[in-house]
Amino acid sequence: MNTVVNNLEKAAPAQPAAVECEREYIRPAVNIYETPEGYLLEAELPGVSKDGVSVQLEGNQLTVEGRRSAPAAPETEMFYQESTAGNFRRVFEVDPAIEAAKISARMEQGILTLTLPKAAAAKPRKIAVA
Amino acid sequence: MTLTRWQRPNGFGLAPWHRSLSPQDGLSRLLQTFAGAFDSPLETGFETPFPVGGVPAVDMHDGKDALTVRAELPGMKKEDIDISLEGGVLTLSGERKGGCECESGGASHCERWVGRFQRSISLPYQVDTKTIKAAYTDGVLTVTLAKAEEAKAKKIKVQFN
Repeated sequence: MNTVVNNLEKAAPAQPAAVECEREYIRPAVNIYETPEGYLLEAELPGVSKDGVSVQLEGNQLTVEGRRSAPAAPETEMFYQESTAGNFRRVFEVDPAIEAAKISARMEQGILTLTLPKAAAAKPRKIAVA
Repeated sequence: MTLTRWQRPNGFGLAPWHRSLSPQDGLSRLLQTFAGAFDSPLETGFETPFPVGGVPAVDMHDGKDALTVRAELPGMKKEDIDISLEGGVLTLSGERKGGCECESGGASHCERWVGRFQRSISLPYQVDTKTIKAAYTDGVLTVTLAKAEEAKAKKIKVQFN
């Protein structure tokens, strides 16, 4: 993929050991499609409600975060657990042609769908031969 | 039929005791290195909980009066999830639809798993088959199975003569 949303994970800056646990995020699985209008990104965030999602674009760096509320009641005993407790986070490097103001997000049954439209100038144009 | 407890193959469905390890702990560090080995060297997080091969992560909690089975199934429709209980074995099955569409020849990158899945779990005690409840919210299926009267803890008074 050429200038598509790259899956480059940025190294987090060095932090003191005390906050080390906070960085144990789960990396969500994503699908990314390129369309003539822009990009479509779907991320799997099971257990995250609409309010728990945060999407941030800083320069060319898009950060998707999903926070889950504590699922189990305290008086329950865990028989077994396969799910990984914790929050989701993933950082993408995005195409500079994306129009930041027009990014839209939708959350449905644990899937975050981001629509990242390209700026008009970056869209493919057909040039007629005179 | 007896079922043996199946172990998820990817190793990242961490057992609860792993959570108590400090990040400085050798095992924790090893897991992180291991997770990173498959992807970018800058990787800091664990691999996605939905494993390769499409087996949903399942948790089982025991409450006072009910058993709760929780399965992570993001992006499904309620109608596509089947739940059945037979002979003390709860089976969750269904189909995750959709998939990688490359519209008009554009590039795509796909990690989300699609296809059929089935998961059978043997229940640790008898449940009341008439009051089973299932809810699907935020991509998580929660099945609540009330304990059968026979399975509830009873206090037995000892009589002295």
